[in-house]
Amino acid sequence: MIDLDDIDRAILRALQNDGSLSAAALAKKVDLSQPAAWRRVKRLETAGVILGRRLVLDKARLGFDVTVFLGIKLGTKGRVSLEDFERAIIAIPEVQLVQHVLGLYDYRVKVVARNLADFERVLRRRIMSLPGVANVEANVLLSEVRRHGPLGAYNE
Amino acid sequence: MQKLDDLDRRILRALQDDATLTAAQLGARVNYAPASCWRRVERLERDGIITARRIVIDPKALGYEVEVSLRITLDKTQSNAFDLFVAAAHEIPEVNEIQTFLGRVDVRLNVLARDMTHYQQIYRTRILKLPHIADIEALMLISNVLEREVLPI
Repeated sequence: MIDLDDIDRAILRALQNDGSLSAAALAKKVDLSQPAAWRRVKRLETAGVILGRRLVLDKARLGFDVTVFLGIKLGTKGRVSLEDFERAIIAIPEVQLVQHVLGLYDYRVKVVARNLADFERVLRRRIMSLPGVANVEANVLLSEVRRHGPLGAYNE
Repeated sequence: MQKLDDLDRRILRALQDDATLTAAQLGARVNYAPASCWRRVERLERDGIITARRIVIDPKALGYEVEVSLRITLDKTQSNAFDLFVAAAHEIPEVNEIQTFLGRVDVRLNVLARDMTHYQQIYRTRILKLPHIADIEALMLISNVLEREVLPI
C-alpha cells in the first residue's frame, strides 16, 4: 500500500470524474506543473492504485435497456466445481460482472439485456443450465450512483 | 436507439477492451484509416454513445481490504422511505455505490472498509442508523472472478 497525500487524492478524484483529462488540464486542476502531475499519475499506475481506464457507454442508446443483478447459490450435494461454474458463466457475453461472495449466495452476477424478454432468454437458456446452479434470485436495476467512496473523505 | 454501422461496433468493441488505444492502434485493430476511426470516436462522443472515460481504482491499493455488498429491504409503509434512505446513505463516505432495484431487494450499498474492525464500526455507527430499514443482508466479497463491463455490441 502506498502513501497518498492530498494532491494524489485530488488527482484520483479528478480522473474519476473525467478520465480523458489531458495532462495539461489535470496539472492545472491540481495546481502542479505538467511533468510533476504526469509523474504522479505514472506512480499511481505503477503502484497499482490506477488499474486501468474504461469507456463509459450509454447502455440505453445502444439498446441495452435492462440490467439485472443475480444472486446465485450453488448446490451443495454432489461436489460442485467452482471452476466449472466460473468458466461457464464468464463465457456468456451478457454477463458483465461475476463476484465470488460469502453470505446467502455464492456469486453476485451482473447481466445486461436488450429488454426483459431478452433477459428471460439469457436466464433460462444460459444461466439456469450452468453446472451446479441451485437457486437464482434476480433484482432489476432501477438506478445507480457511483461515488468517490473513501477517496473523498479519508485524510490520514 | 442509435443506428450504428459495423465500423462503429468494431470501434466500440476495441475501445471497451482497451480505452487507452491511440488513433493509430485503433486503426490497426479495426483495420481502417486511423484518422477516419478517430472522427468516428469523436462522433460517438458527440452523439452521447460514449459518455465518459474513467479510471478504475483498486481500493486494496489504498488500504481498503474489505468490500461488502449490503442488500437492504425498506419499510415501504413510509411513502418517502426510498428518498430519505438514499439521501442519508449519500452521507456515508465509505459507501461507493448506491443502487435501487425492482425485486426482493430495494437498495444495495457497496461499502469499503480498511478491515473487519473498521467495517464493524461503519456498520454499527452509520449503516444501522439509516432510516426505514426493514431488513439487511450482507454479501462479503471474496474475489472478483470477472469484471468485464464490455457490452455485447
